Amino acid sequence: MTAVTLEAPPAVATGPSGLRSVGSRLWIVAVWSAVIFFIVNLLGIIAAVVTSSFATRWLRSWLPNDYTTRWYLSAWDEFQLHDVLLVTFQIVGAVVLLSGLLGVPAAYAMARRDFPGKKVMMLIFLLPLLVPPVTFGIPLATVLYQSGLGGTMAGVVLANLVPTVPFVILVMIPFIEQIDPRVEAAARVFGAGTFRMFVHVLLPLLMPGVLAALLLVLVRTIAMFELTFLTAGPSSQTLVVALYYAVFAAGVRAVQSIDAMAVVYMVTTLIWLVIALRFVNPTQMVTRSKRQSAH
Amino acid sequence: MADAIPLRARLAAKGLDGVTLLVLPAAALLLALFLYPFGYGLWLSFRPKDGSLLGNYARFFSDPFLYDTIFTTLALAVPVTIVNLLFAVPVAFRVRLMRHQRLLTTILVLPITLGTVLVAEGMLNYFGPQGWFTRALVSTGLFNASSIKLVHNYWGVFLSLLITGFPFTFLLTLSYVTGIDPGLEQAAATLGARAAERFRHVFLPLLVPGLAITFCLSFVQAYSVFPSAVLLGAPAGPTRVISIAAYQAAFEEYDYSLASAIAMIMGAVQLVVVVAVLALRNLFYRGPAAGAKG
Repeated sequence: MTAVTLEAPPAVATGPSGLRSVGSRLWIVAVWSAVIFFIVNLLGIIAAVVTSSFATRWLRSWLPNDYTTRWYLSAWDEFQLHDVLLVTFQIVGAVVLLSGLLGVPAAYAMARRDFPGKKVMMLIFLLPLLVPPVTFGIPLATVLYQSGLGGTMAGVVLANLVPTVPFVILVMIPFIEQIDPRVEAAARVFGAGTFRMFVHVLLPLLMPGVLAALLLVLVRTIAMFELTFLTAGPSSQTLVVALYYAVFAAGVRAVQSIDAMAVVYMVTTLIWLVIALRFVNPTQMVTRSKRQSAH
Repeated sequence: MADAIPLRARLAAKGLDGVTLLVLPAAALLLALFLYPFGYGLWLSFRPKDGSLLGNYARFFSDPFLYDTIFTTLALAVPVTIVNLLFAVPVAFRVRLMRHQRLLTTILVLPITLGTVLVAEGMLNYFGPQGWFTRALVSTGLFNASSIKLVHNYWGVFLSLLITGFPFTFLLTLSYVTGIDPGLEQAAATLGARAAERFRHVFLPLLVPGLAITFCLSFVQAYSVFPSAVLLGAPAGPTRVISIAAYQAAFEEYDYSLASAIAMIMGAVQLVVVVAVLALRNLFYRGPAAGAKG
């Protein structure tokens, strides 16, 4: 073994390296150029919306002739952004609160107890995250409309809870698992019931995890288009659905006005994203609980 | 309760006590709002307006305007998913060596967070006939302004799925790539394997299971594309995807039965692709990628 380890490194370092390093350097340059090209275009897309929202007139030129803020005032009136923002925050607030209240206790039970049917339960919690919203949104919207909840704010909140409650559960399970059960046992020895133990012992320990999970729910719910679109009525539209209708009916309003609304939406989302990123790793927004469970 | 061991203790031994009951509210919610609607939708799909059992399915598979949506959607979702994955793997391999990944991952999380509607509006500006991208292409002198059409057709939807789909695919791939013990690569390098060989014989076999899952999740997202197919595509023709057909049946024809049938077909196609990919995955190595001692 020692003979191999001693001989091998020179073979890697030198050997045919003269040829190979040019090839691998080219490869590295190609990969990074592709990434930079992607990011430049991505930022260009966002910058185009922002620039257009401040443009007086922007035709046949690289940049607008002049800049103004009046599109924000007109968008505020035309799209009734005051009402739309109010509805958005009411719906998002209710979704965040309810998914915390339902998700955290369920995650606690899933993390601490081994009961018959636990695997089936886990599958039920995983499915709404794996099946795309449009696929289950159409049967869900049908049920909500037939029960009279379709088009109401309650219906929109219920529909949005379907992916967010499992999301909170899956983020919280590994978080709860890493809390030493002896802390809870000690609380019980001193006579705390399940409720008191939860409020005075567990909740303070779980707060960072709960905060992170709920912030992610917040960002996801503001941006959740499909479920809200399928279940919302005229008075229960959130910002992203109102934006969709505005883009869909492009030509009725000035492009700059729609872009001003898009910027309002973007700012609303990004404020919460920036706050969320202080508590979570960006990859967590996609990979959910995987990284935490690796520890 | 006459038993020597009370019922409460026997249940607790099986893991059923007051704490376990905490799972019930969440389970009830998903039963009522996820499983029940699915079952109800399936039942409703067999109760078409004409009263027959299979009327909806017969109508779907005999009307090219409806059944073609399956292939239209596959023609978008499969190439996009493959491109995203082929692009994500080499990038993930470079990024894994980076110290400060956070800036890059934060930028890439933007399109996922902002969502397809905002990206669609931005793309209409950016890739439109007067957009910066088109202008840049024309200014290179290689392209004619009238020959570049990047929105309101297949490519508009393709690009939007690339822009919102790539970050998702990449971040998933990155989490799999960084999960592989670097010691395995060092061992291969020590034994004289070159970079390409290390990738082919060490990383690829370990990555295949993760890549299969990534493919499935990315594909399912792309297959249910809706807002960008309407806003950036040609929703009456080349990009009339299956979710548009389901939406129109439900909210324009008010035929919930047909809409449910289309949603079930959509789910079934996704399931077939996912099962096929996962079955292929089983032909490859499955086991710990973190590497154990001994």
